[in-house]
Amino acid sequence: MRAPVRTAAAAVATALALLLTGCAGTGDGRDGNGRIEIDFQSLAWQKESVDANKQLVKEWNETHPDIHVNYVQGSWDTVHDQLLTSFEGDEAPDVIHDASDDLADFAYGGYLADLRTLLPGRLTADIPQQSWRTTTFGDGVYGVPFLQEPRVLIANTEILKESGVRIPTPGSPWSWTEFRQVTKELTGKGRYGVAWPLKEPVSVTLNLGLSAGGRLFHPGADGKVTIRAEAGDRIVPGTIHDQVNTDHSAARTALGMGGSDTLPGFFGGKYAMVPLGFSYRQQVVEQAPEGFEWTVLPAPVGSGGLAQGVSPQTLSVSEASPHKKEAAQFIDFLLRPQNMVRLAKGDWMLPTGTAALADPALHTDKDGWSTGVAVAKELRPAPAQSVRGYPEWKDKVATPALQEYYSGAIGEGELRKRLVDDGNRVLARYQR
Amino acid sequence: MSLRTSRSARAGQYAALLGYLVFLAFPFLWLISTAFKPARELGSLHPTWIPEHPTLDNFRKAFDEQPLPQAAANSLIAALCAAVVAVLIATPMAYVMARHRSRLSAATSGWVVVSQAFPFVLLIIPLFLILKHLHLINTLWGLIMVYVVWALPFALWMLVGYVRAVPTELEEAASVDGAGRLRTLVSVTAPLLAPGIVATALFAFITAWNEFFFALVLLKTPEKQTLPVVLTHFIGAEGAADLGPLAAAAFLATLPSLVVFAIIQRRITGSMLAGAVKS
Repeated sequence: MRAPVRTAAAAVATALALLLTGCAGTGDGRDGNGRIEIDFQSLAWQKESVDANKQLVKEWNETHPDIHVNYVQGSWDTVHDQLLTSFEGDEAPDVIHDASDDLADFAYGGYLADLRTLLPGRLTADIPQQSWRTTTFGDGVYGVPFLQEPRVLIANTEILKESGVRIPTPGSPWSWTEFRQVTKELTGKGRYGVAWPLKEPVSVTLNLGLSAGGRLFHPGADGKVTIRAEAGDRIVPGTIHDQVNTDHSAARTALGMGGSDTLPGFFGGKYAMVPLGFSYRQQVVEQAPEGFEWTVLPAPVGSGGLAQGVSPQTLSVSEASPHKKEAAQFIDFLLRPQNMVRLAKGDWMLPTGTAALADPALHTDKDGWSTGVAVAKELRPAPAQSVRGYPEWKDKVATPALQEYYSGAIGEGELRKRLVDDGNRVLARYQR
Repeated sequence: MSLRTSRSARAGQYAALLGYLVFLAFPFLWLISTAFKPARELGSLHPTWIPEHPTLDNFRKAFDEQPLPQAAANSLIAALCAAVVAVLIATPMAYVMARHRSRLSAATSGWVVVSQAFPFVLLIIPLFLILKHLHLINTLWGLIMVYVVWALPFALWMLVGYVRAVPTELEEAASVDGAGRLRTLVSVTAPLLAPGIVATALFAFITAWNEFFFALVLLKTPEKQTLPVVLTHFIGAEGAADLGPLAAAAFLATLPSLVVFAIIQRRITGSMLAGAVKS
């Protein structure tokens, strides 16, 4: 009986709406004058970044009167649901800003265009192969990776100087063992050596795990992926667990925090160091008390060196777009080296492009830019981001298991059993 | 003894109520405090209720970075139209359901309540496709249509309670005095229903004003987006947020709902209790 209610309402409203709307556009992505219209949905959110994006769109429109780009503001918080609905309804923007770890379902679902024949050689050659791997699904390339951020140690300069510990550099970083020792030395007088914000423990553990030679996910010859925990996989989680539960050099209360939540404690001298994404420097600059001195240090290393997993920000083209070629042209314009630098600075991140990365504007010690640039070439695709079943493994198996392990509720054996045994059962369902 | 007991019970009730009020008010008060704090105070290890250096910078930044007035206007248009249309449709239906009781109207009432359990996600794709066929994606009219349909069941449910609270004897007396059906409805029933209609309209308004998901999916261009959608633009990847401007914008966005709810809260309670006891 409610159906008639809604039907009646919908009928009335529809009649009203039809009276008010009339016929819409041609549906081929052109305006009334035959000019090509392209929607570019950007997820830029910080003022400098939004300004940079809008300025670039303006510059494009001024120099390309036949291809007009409309800037559409999206949000990181809701992008997946919003895109999914848009794809289903055939209303997706032509140019899509997202992150590589969100693309797999869209790529396999046929919603994104394969860019291999659309992109110019200049852009393809400018971005390193390891970055392209983050947006390669099956045989196609479904996004252009353009901004990325390593995890770095943001440290209180005064505390480091006072303690007399060796200051690491990208050329001579701390080993995981040395890092553990340093955090012990920095702990005391109501202060912790480090605060690990592990609200999202899986990405931190897996991405930093690469530096210690960890992989966890092993593709077989048949294309199927299995989870195996080897020696390298134990170093990062083992170090964090021991810092929290054995050495008490890492703040237990920070385990449930997001990156931003640790900053007040960091500024207040409660934590000597905080491992955070590179872009968090913007918040540090904005919120640090007057006179507070801080520095950016490379993350600790193991047998994998400075390697880290990252999920770069990407630009993709909708498969349903009637103007894929023009959309790719706009992406090429957006990612010219000098433009990529502008986007990187706006987001406080690192460009993937080799030419942009060489730009002098990024080779400055101010705000730790040079440390980021030094580790950029070692960044790798985040483990497992393209493995089918990974999201379920992450949410249902790995996140609770790692949270319990880091808090000391379960031991290494139980963690391993859950990640590997339970994890393989999850993956098996997706890989039949 | 019993007097003492009742006094202590009363004191306990007040204490519990006060605790509950504090619990409810805390987030909002903290939001206000945050909205007026400079960035450096937001990063303080010892946050204070009262900002040490109160500033309007967050409000300036919020207006500078996002099209808040345009978004507020869009929200206002969508919420007002949805409220008016929903009430116009629901009032006659509620009258029929209240005055002509049958198994059908009882089933309808039950279905109305059950329908509130449907998740948005279940409906969004079919809705999206329907609106696309009607060329109503990325238009406020499309969004208003959805809001009307979404607000109808609850509006209907509320109004049925109000109609039942109007004694039928009054309508019978009017017809005895010679008033026709329409005259009775216009001159006798409608004035008595007016407060309930206003309360229902305001409730529909609040629902539409605060709605986020449909607006997110159905509106694309910045100049069409509503306030809840624009607020998300202050939030970045991995939960990072431009906290000061976000708090300032959220505070402003909350005010209309608070004011409206302050006006209608008594009437909502009245509607729910209406007809509960036969006099």
